[in-house]
Amino acid sequence: MNRPIRVLIAKPGLDGHDRGAKVIARALRDAGMEVIYTGLRQTPEQIVAAAVQEDVDVIGMSLLSGAHNYLFPRVAELLKEQGVDDVLVIGGGVIPDEDIQGLKDAGISEIFTPGAPTTQMIEYIKSNLKR
Amino acid sequence: MDGDLMAHSQLMEKMLTGDKRACAKLITAVENESDKAEKIIREIHQYTGNAHIIGITGPPGAGKSTLTDKIIKTLISEGNKVGIIAVDPTSPYSGGSILGDRIRMQDIALNPNVFIRSMGTRGYLGGLSKHTKNALKVLDAAGYNYIIIETVGVGQSEVDIVKIADTILMVMVPGLGDDIQSIKAGIMEIGDIFAINKSDLFGADRTAVEVNMMLDLTMDMDRRPPVVKVVAVKNEGIDSLIKEIKEHMVYLKESGKLEERRKNNLKLEVVELIEEQLRKIVISHTDSENKLDGEVIEIMNKKKNPYEVRDEFLKSLSS
Repeated sequence: MNRPIRVLIAKPGLDGHDRGAKVIARALRDAGMEVIYTGLRQTPEQIVAAAVQEDVDVIGMSLLSGAHNYLFPRVAELLKEQGVDDVLVIGGGVIPDEDIQGLKDAGISEIFTPGAPTTQMIEYIKSNLKR
Repeated sequence: MDGDLMAHSQLMEKMLTGDKRACAKLITAVENESDKAEKIIREIHQYTGNAHIIGITGPPGAGKSTLTDKIIKTLISEGNKVGIIAVDPTSPYSGGSILGDRIRMQDIALNPNVFIRSMGTRGYLGGLSKHTKNALKVLDAAGYNYIIIETVGVGQSEVDIVKIADTILMVMVPGLGDDIQSIKAGIMEIGDIFAINKSDLFGADRTAVEVNMMLDLTMDMDRRPPVVKVVAVKNEGIDSLIKEIKEHMVYLKESGKLEERRKNNLKLEVVELIEEQLRKIVISHTDSENKLDGEVIEIMNKKKNPYEVRDEFLKSLSS
């Protein structure tokens, strides 16, 4: 099926640093994806509601506040509760190495930390879609 | 294929009972696959035609999304169900897009009576996408009694919204040009209601006067489109705007224009479907037999002209 990949880029939690999210959004756009950008300070509930209505293939979350161990898994949990099993969930931001495995166990497929090239992310998305 | 069909009828059942995920999946199907779209639209057609469809259009940055957000909030506070399709441009280079209209509508995304869907234009030039109309039908069947279509930021001639909306809200802002802009043909002719947004800015009165002067010059008008000054971010003027939107629907019904508009639009839709099918037939004939290659050389060498070749081709199709 030759439809464009739809990605929701969201900023959960309270930090206001969205430069990274915008750079990613732009890179994914240039890779031919439809990027729905929801803006700052989203709750996990808002992110999941938007992902359902937009029927996205990917949720990408960017977070620099340190609350990733709560907010990322909460999104995965809500998706599960609503029976959404066809969405790839990835995260990025200043995430300490020791937290990464825990996040993966909680249902976040991959974590991209500072310095990760956007090409790597694009490749990851293209080869790990769940549809 | 059978499994596919069954999946779709299940989705349709769920969608009709208000399931948002089913609704979203159906929109994806009508947006991407014409064969599925056809099956879905054939089945849901009977449930459509109940919503008041509002088109919101205007130049980029005029405040269409912010205004849409305020309109939705007022409508849901009255107990309505509101569906939104927000269209943003697709890149002609990469085919990708940034769909950013939701940013202005964050806090209503969780409301059970609101459904927001973003769409890229995907190469379509009229201010909408090719499948906006079908997505609209899904929302209509799902029971959203107001549906708002927010077009891309438009220039002067993206007027496709007239083919699907009952009420067109033209959003203007001060400072975009002189009064000649407002008497040009195209986008300025399609507004049923004019909203002058950011009307706390310098020049708003002048913009309002210019629109009114433009309307003064319009002949054969049995309803004069109102000009409403609003400040969307401050929630000012929204109530008067909603009042005008509702009055427009009353006018459409009482004057018989609603039926007339919808009839014209349905006719256009059918003509488009026929054209599309004919194009497919023509392409399949020309492609499979490379019929036209030789003819094109004849045209180049002035042995034949394009119309002659057309007539011959059509004759060969019908024989």
